[in-house]
Parts: sequence; structure tokens; C-alpha cells
Amino acid sequence: MGAYVIRRLSYGAVVVFGVLFLLFILFFAVTSPDDIARKALGERVPPAVVEQWKVNHGYDKPLFPAPGHWADNMLVEHYRRMLTFDFGRSDADDTPILERIRKGMGPSLALTIPLFVLSVLVAIPLSLLVAFFRETYIDRAGVILAVLAMSVSVLLYIIGAQYLVGKVLHWFPISGFDSDPRVIVRFLALPIMIGVANGLGGDIRFYRTVFLEESNTDYVRTARAKGCGEIRIMSRHVFRNSLIPLLTRIVVAIPFLFTGSLLLESFFGIPGLGAITVDAIQGNDFSVLRTMVYIGSLLFVVGQILTDLSYALVDPRVRLE
Amino acid sequence: MESHLASNGIVAALFLAAGVTVWMVRRSRLWSSAFVSLWRRRRFALLVTGVYVAVALLDSVAWVGGDSLAVDTVARHEARSVIDRVFGGNQEKSYSAPFAEAEFYGGGDLRYPGRHWLGTDMIGRDIFYLTLKGARVALLIGGLTSLIAIPLALLFGISAGYFGGRIDDVVFFLMTTLASMPGLLLLIALIMVMGKSTLAVCVALAVTGWVGFCRVSRGETLKLRELEFVSAARSLGVSEFQIVMRHILPNLMHLVIITFVLMFSGLVLSEAILSWLGIGVDGSWGQMIDQARNELSRDPIVWWNIAASGTALFGLILAVNFVGDALRDVLDPRTIEDER
Amino acid sequence: MTALLQVAGLTTCFPMSQKNVPIVDALDFEVGRGEVLALVGESGSGKSMTALSLMRLVPKPGRITAGSVRLDGQELLDLSVRSMRSVRGSGVAMIFQEPMTSLNPVIRVGEQVVEAIRLHERVSRGAALDRCRELFEQVGIPDAAERVNAYPHQLSGGLKQRVMIAMALSARPRLLIADEPTTALDVTVQAQILRLLQELQEETGMSILLITHDLGIVNELADRVAVLYAGRIVETAPRTALFKTPKHPYTQGLLRSMPALAPSGERLPEIPGMVPSPSDWPLGCRFASRCARAMDQCSQSLPEFTDQGPRHTVACYAVSQADSQSGHGWAGGTPEGL
Ligand SMILES: Nc1ncnc2c1ncn2[C@@H]1O[C@H](COP(=O)(O)OP(=O)(O)OP(=O)(O)O)[C@@H](O)[C@H]1O
Ligand code: SF4
Ligand SMILES: [Mg+2]
Repeated sequence: MGAYVIRRLSYGAVVVFGVLFLLFILFFAVTSPDDIARKALGERVPPAVVEQWKVNHGYDKPLFPAPGHWADNMLVEHYRRMLTFDFGRSDADDTPILERIRKGMGPSLALTIPLFVLSVLVAIPLSLLVAFFRETYIDRAGVILAVLAMSVSVLLYIIGAQYLVGKVLHWFPISGFDSDPRVIVRFLALPIMIGVANGLGGDIRFYRTVFLEESNTDYVRTARAKGCGEIRIMSRHVFRNSLIPLLTRIVVAIPFLFTGSLLLESFFGIPGLGAITVDAIQGNDFSVLRTMVYIGSLLFVVGQILTDLSYALVDPRVRLE
Repeated sequence: MESHLASNGIVAALFLAAGVTVWMVRRSRLWSSAFVSLWRRRRFALLVTGVYVAVALLDSVAWVGGDSLAVDTVARHEARSVIDRVFGGNQEKSYSAPFAEAEFYGGGDLRYPGRHWLGTDMIGRDIFYLTLKGARVALLIGGLTSLIAIPLALLFGISAGYFGGRIDDVVFFLMTTLASMPGLLLLIALIMVMGKSTLAVCVALAVTGWVGFCRVSRGETLKLRELEFVSAARSLGVSEFQIVMRHILPNLMHLVIITFVLMFSGLVLSEAILSWLGIGVDGSWGQMIDQARNELSRDPIVWWNIAASGTALFGLILAVNFVGDALRDVLDPRTIEDER
Repeated sequence: MTALLQVAGLTTCFPMSQKNVPIVDALDFEVGRGEVLALVGESGSGKSMTALSLMRLVPKPGRITAGSVRLDGQELLDLSVRSMRSVRGSGVAMIFQEPMTSLNPVIRVGEQVVEAIRLHERVSRGAALDRCRELFEQVGIPDAAERVNAYPHQLSGGLKQRVMIAMALSARPRLLIADEPTTALDVTVQAQILRLLQELQEETGMSILLITHDLGIVNELADRVAVLYAGRIVETAPRTALFKTPKHPYTQGLLRSMPALAPSGERLPEIPGMVPSPSDWPLGCRFASRCARAMDQCSQSLPEFTDQGPRHTVACYAVSQADSQSGHGWAGGTPEGL
């Protein structure tokens, strides 16, 4: 067990190193610090100003290691800063990035956690139901509805629901945020509903396939042959075996709760990490974007390790070694 | 610009490719029976997809000169496609509602009263025309991206699965690394770094999209290389390259087709999101939807732009999804997992 | 007294390319009390589907379309879903061909047997667990007390099949259906499992419907035999009669290809040709395309059953014609083939 965890962690570390290297290629080698400075300052500033900007933002070292500056270059700096969470300042407005992330995480989590929990709570029972009625009209209708729901662009969900619920029915405010927990619900209800609706089609289709695959197995036939009822078969035999593929989908999603939702946050004016990222895209803020990709990847690697460990909990055949 | 010649060339190449495909499908009993049962199950979805493809092709064949309905608004030296010639050129100055006789705001005169079946947008472009033109953009995004991503995935997947060892380690590491980066963010980062263009969007979508299929083709190759006909071929001294071309690749073809169709709808939907972030492809339905955000808060509201582009997008994705589902059932019930 | 299980006209259809194909076609047979009836046939002849039809567990889109299945005189095909559920396990229990996959991989084996017990009897978990240990001992699982806590993947194939048998016995069924219980096992384990089944049958007095393609097993265990070919029974006979005087050309072919019966050193004569697949079953006798004695009428209509001895019936035109020519029934028949 211990040895397995160590091996798994070290592979995760190697992957993080790979991610950082790719980020370096993208954000330093392909778009050089000069490009970034020009994007921030405009094309027509004198070179001296560009140099000063680069010094201020820590972009003033040579890119790659070479004789004379083996340790003192952007590549090493990049690794050092990212690994120590020293993210520096925004290229666009000079605010400290770590500070912004810390502030954005709260609103993001306030949106994503209920969204995630609700999605799972709605999608799994619904797919169990659809799988339970396999080969009937309920099943067929469920599948068609799922495909229909999947085929609608998330933009249409957001625009449509915002228009209908916010402007025509006036149930909820269209956008905004408040840290007061009693008011927050009013702001979050609509984005959460839209998020759940948007994911539902794909989720149901996935879970249904998993449940159906499990209900065609030999041990389900055995359970029937000893006199088990269908409901018991679904809830006890099928569901427990489905946990393995379900976990892969669910546990992996947990880390991403921290990075928020790009679309929902910026549409609904929720000042979370997703909104920060959208601002960064629109303001050519490379340092913020780079940091966000890094944090997302880091969380994903953690999620993968968690998933692998959780297999051991639900599947007695998996022994971590 | 000579870009219309390239576009015409691509259309010709597509027809050639379609001809070859039909000929090959008809020669193989397996494939033709698969197609027949696909046709039987999803006739309507296939027809709808066909309409989209036809519109896109008609919008890709272009030439310079000739008369059209509205020569006055279009420069004579510009190449115009069939769609441009039949539906284009009826530009207004501002919004017109569907079938309206006068301008939507202010009620000024229209140049082409009653001729805008789906209305016009803010700068007076005909929505029906723009919606038709969106088909080409959507198919271009899906097609070009797949054209980059699938060969890449096959190359890496087959070499990893077939040769194993070091190569496999490297490919596997590359896949894990790419898969670890949040898809949408990586997509955005790539486009920002490459600059905004159709090609950049497609390359970025391909870079983030090839991993899933690479994993599938690697796994399938691993299985195939253990099969008897492969080891028999190897013991007869057939070269590795020939084994891959003759035995591995043809047995992955059904996966290629399924992946292509299933990937396609995801790509087009992703582009819509990119459009909304301001880094999409010009002329896409995503961009039209994006514009419509403000139009819905106007008073009285302008609904026809988003209705048209949204419906066109939905129709294509739905048809392709239905075809993809049926294809998976017909060609291969198991191996492809849902990636979304 | 009537037989424990009486099956008449049992037909199970699967839709295949727009028509319903009877995978199991108008079967008639009986299993007496304490009797072991072997159902023999090649792979794909519909043995497992027959068993599943008796349990009313035909997988969709298949459907039982006609016939009657009576257990102790009670018509199973008319039972409500709920009552049928209580018959499964306690009236008719079944063990399957694939012990490797037939147990739930994430539930301890003891727990699975306890579930089976408590589905049919109101007993406490503790009492059920005690019963389970006893059953494990009865079916010869060593270290029964500990093995109840094992997961299926921790047991060998033979042990898994013993667990399956214990589970099948847990509600004291009157009829046990054993669908090729040894096919997936090693030869030595096969013999042990067969012996176990025989002992259990003698101890409990239950009836067994033994499904197999192995005539050696039939010879050891069965009281009577029904031979299945392409979804239809072609011959039923007491074991001794079947081995001594097989009547149907297919049965004769089967016996000829049995290693123990062929002159040593010679290549076993196989029945030429292949079993036709369900979608191209002919109108007449399904064996016609491979039968050396086929006549015109064979391919036109299905042969009726004729009596060929005590409890010995055969469906074959050649056999019934031979009877009518010799003027009397089975008493005059001479063994063919052997
Ligand atoms: N789910 C199904 N759908 C359609 N046809 C089926 C299905 N299951 C079985 N069959 C068909 O029913 C026929 C009988 O199958 P069955 O499993 O009963 O054979 P069997 O005699 O048990 O063979 P084996 O010795 O291989 O177990 C086969 O021809 C098979 O093709
Ligand atoms: S009925 Fe005819 S074809 Fe069938 S087994 Fe008898 S002789 Fe052969
Ligand atoms: Mg079978």
C-alpha cells in the first residue's frame, strides 16, 4: 500500500513536471516575454519601457540555461515559482495573482459544490430508473431526451434560461453575487440549475450505459435465479459493481470544483476563478492564464491519485501494490 | 486572393474521396451491411446531415464574375459561392424582423422589403444567408480538426501499442500530461499563443482532442498485435510497416469512423464556447449566438438571430449525435467509451 | 404420481432480422421425482435457453411464446412475477456454465449465500450464516468457516462452482438445473463436482436436470436422456437404452464420435457438416442437411414422435418407416449404427 502510494505520487510529480514544461514552451518560448510586454503595453512604446516592464514582472532573464547562467534563467525560474506557488503579478493589472485566487475560490466553490452534488444526486437515480426500464418506452424516451439535451449548446442553455427565468418570470436576479449566505441562494439558484441541466444528458447516457452493462452480467443472472427482485438487483448487485466506473467520473471531477466554471461565473457575474480566467483571456493576461492552467493540472493529478486510491475501497479485487 | 481556388480544389478532392469510399464500402460486405443497417435506423438523421453537407459544399464552390441578384453591394472582382449568389447581397442598414416591410427600429424603408425570411442583424445582414454560411464554418471546424487529430492519434497510438517499450512509455507520458491539463483552459491558452485564426482554433482543438482517440487506438493495437494473423505475418518475415498497414490499420478503421462522428459534435460545440470567449472562428453560429446576447435585452427584443443560429447548431449536432450513436451500435458496441 | 416437472410444447423465440425464430422449439419432456434427466446437445442447440425458459429468465428480446411448464402440477408460465420469484431458488434452482463470472465480484461469497437463504426464509442473519457454513461443509469446501468471508476472486474455479452449488441448495429446491456445471473446470475438478452432485442428489432426493454436451457425464449420472438438436428434442430414452439402441441418426452419430466407443487408434468419425444457425433452419427435419438417411419427405415437414421402447421416443421418418415396414413398433427394432 505505502509503496503503491509513493509510486503513484512520484508519477504524478513527473506529470506535473511535464505540464510545467509544456506551459513554458507555450508561454515563454512561443510567446516570448517581449510579446507579452507588447501586448500589455501596446505596440508603440519605446524599448526602454518594455525592458523596465520585464524587470518589474520578472521576465528579464535569458530563457534557457546556457553557460554562464545555468541556474539563472526563465526556465528554472518558471519551475521554481510555480512549484513554490509564487505566482507573481498579473501581466494586465499588476495585482498579486495568489491573492486573486484566494479571493476567487470562495465564490467558485459556492457555485460548484452545490452544482456538483446536485448533478450527481439527480443524474444517478434518473439513470438507474432508465436502466431499470431497459428495452421499454421509458428507456427509449430517456435516451432520446438525453441526446436532445446533449445537443444543445451550453450557451443556449445559459442565454435561454437567463432570459426566461430572469427577465420574463423574474424569479431570480440575472446576475450578481453576495457573500451573505441568505442572499447568495438567490444569486446562485439559476446558474446551478442551468449547470445541472446542461450536464444531465451526458451524465445520464454515461451512467445508463454503465448500469446496463452491469445488468447484463452473469452474476445478475445468478441473483435472479436465486429469486432476487429487480429493485434489489439494481440497488445491491448492479449499483455496487457500477461504483468503479462511476467513481472514475465523479472523483476526477472533484478537483475542478476549485477552478470554478468559466461560463456560468462570467455570465452571472460571480467573482470566482472562472470569471478571473475569462477576464485574463479578454485582457491578454498571460501570467494569470498560465497559473490557472497549472493549478487545474495540479488538481487533476491529485484527482487521478484519489480515484486510484478509491478503487481499493469499492473493489475488493484491487489491491494497491 | 486565390483562396476560392483552393476551396474549389478541396470540394473536388472531397468528391473524389467520397467516390473512393463508396466504391470501397460496396466491395466489402461488412461495411456495406453496416451502412445498410445504419440507413435503416437513422434515415432522417442521415438526410439532415446530408443537407448540411450540401449547403456547406455549395458555399465552397466559388468563382469570380457573373451576374447575381444584388451586384450593387458586392464588388465584381470578388469570388462568390453558389450560396452567395443565390441568397447573398441583400444587405440592409439595420435590423429587420422576419418578413418585415420596414426597418425594425424606427420603421425606415428597407431595400428588400419582405425578402428577409429570418430577418437581419444589427448591420443589416440577412440572417438566413448568414445561417446558411455557418454550415460551412461548422463542417470546416469539425473536418479540419479531425483531419489533424485522427492521423496524429493513429500515429502515436499505433506506434505505442505495436512497438511498446520506450515508445509506449513516451507516448503514454505525453497522453497523461496532456490529459491532465484542463481541456478548455489549454484550448484557450493555445489559441491565445498562436493568435486567433480558423487554423489556430482547429489546431488547438486537435491538440486537446487527439488524446482520447490515441488511448483507444493504442489499446486496440495492443489487442490486435497478439492475434494470430499478426504473429503469423511476422514469422513469415513481413515488414513491420506492412503489418501495420495491412493488418492493424484496416482493423482500426471502424473506430476511426465512430470517433470522427462522435468527436465532430463536441468540436462544433466547443467552438461555440470559444466564440463566446471572443476567440472563435469568424462566421460561426457560435458568433451569431454570442451577438444575440445583447439583442435579447433590447426593447422590443431581437430574437430571430439567436433562434436561427441556435436552431441550425442544434439541428446539426442532434443529427450527428444520432448518427454517431447508431454507428457505434452497428460497428462496435463495446470498445469506445463515452469521453464526454 | 405425476412427474415433478412436466414440460409441454415449450417454445422460446428471439426476433432475428424481422422474424421470430424459435430457439427452443416445442419441447416436451418430464423429470420424475429423484430422477436425473440429462439434456444433451451440441453447442448452440439451445440447452441453456431451455434452462432459462424453465426459470422464466429468458434474456430480452427473447420471449416464451407457447407451451406449459408444470412443477408439481403448478403451471409456472401463468404465475405472477412475484410468485415466480419465490419459485426461483426454492422450487427450481440453477447453477451455471461459467463459475468464474456467475458470482458477484464485490460481495463476499458467504454474504451471497446468506442473501439466497434469506430471500426464501425468515431467519436472522446469524442463523443464515450458520446455515451457510453448514452448506459449505456439505459441498466440500475446506475451511468453510473462513471461506464464507472470501471474495470470489480469492477462490479457485472449482471452489466457486461449489459455492454456486451451495447457493443453489440453500433454499432446498425440488429441482436443480445444472447447466454444464463442469465445462469450465479442470478434468480432475470436473470429476469431483460430478461426484458431489450425485451425492447431494442421493442425500436430498431432489431431481436434477443436467445439461451437458459430454456423453461421458451422461453415462455416469443420468437416469434418462433427452437429445436436443437445433432447438428440438429428437430422441428421449432411458440411459441404458440410449447407449445400447440409439435410434435417431443424430444420436447415433454422437455416440459414434465418443472416444470410449470407437476402436482405439482410429480417427473418431465425426458427423459431417455443421449445425445450421437458427436463422436458416429448414422447414422439415433440422438434421436433414447432415443426415445420411434423409428422404424427400424429411425436408418437407417435421417428423412426429414415435415410441421405440419403454419411455423411448424418437422423431425421425427413417425410424418410423422402418417400424411400419416390419409391421410392429419398437419390439422389433434392431439397433442401428453401433
Ligand atoms: N440473447 C440472444 N439473442 C439472440 N440469440 C441468442 C441469444 N442467446 C442465445 N441465442 C441463440 O440461441 C441459440 C441457443 O443458445 P444456447 O446458449 O441455449 O446454446 P447452448 O446449447 O447452451 O450452447 P453452449 O453449449 O455453447 O452453451 C444459439 O444459436 C444462440 O445463437
Ligand atoms: S427425419 Fe429424415 S433427415 Fe431427419 S434424422 Fe430422420 S432420416 Fe434423417
Ligand atoms: Mg449453454
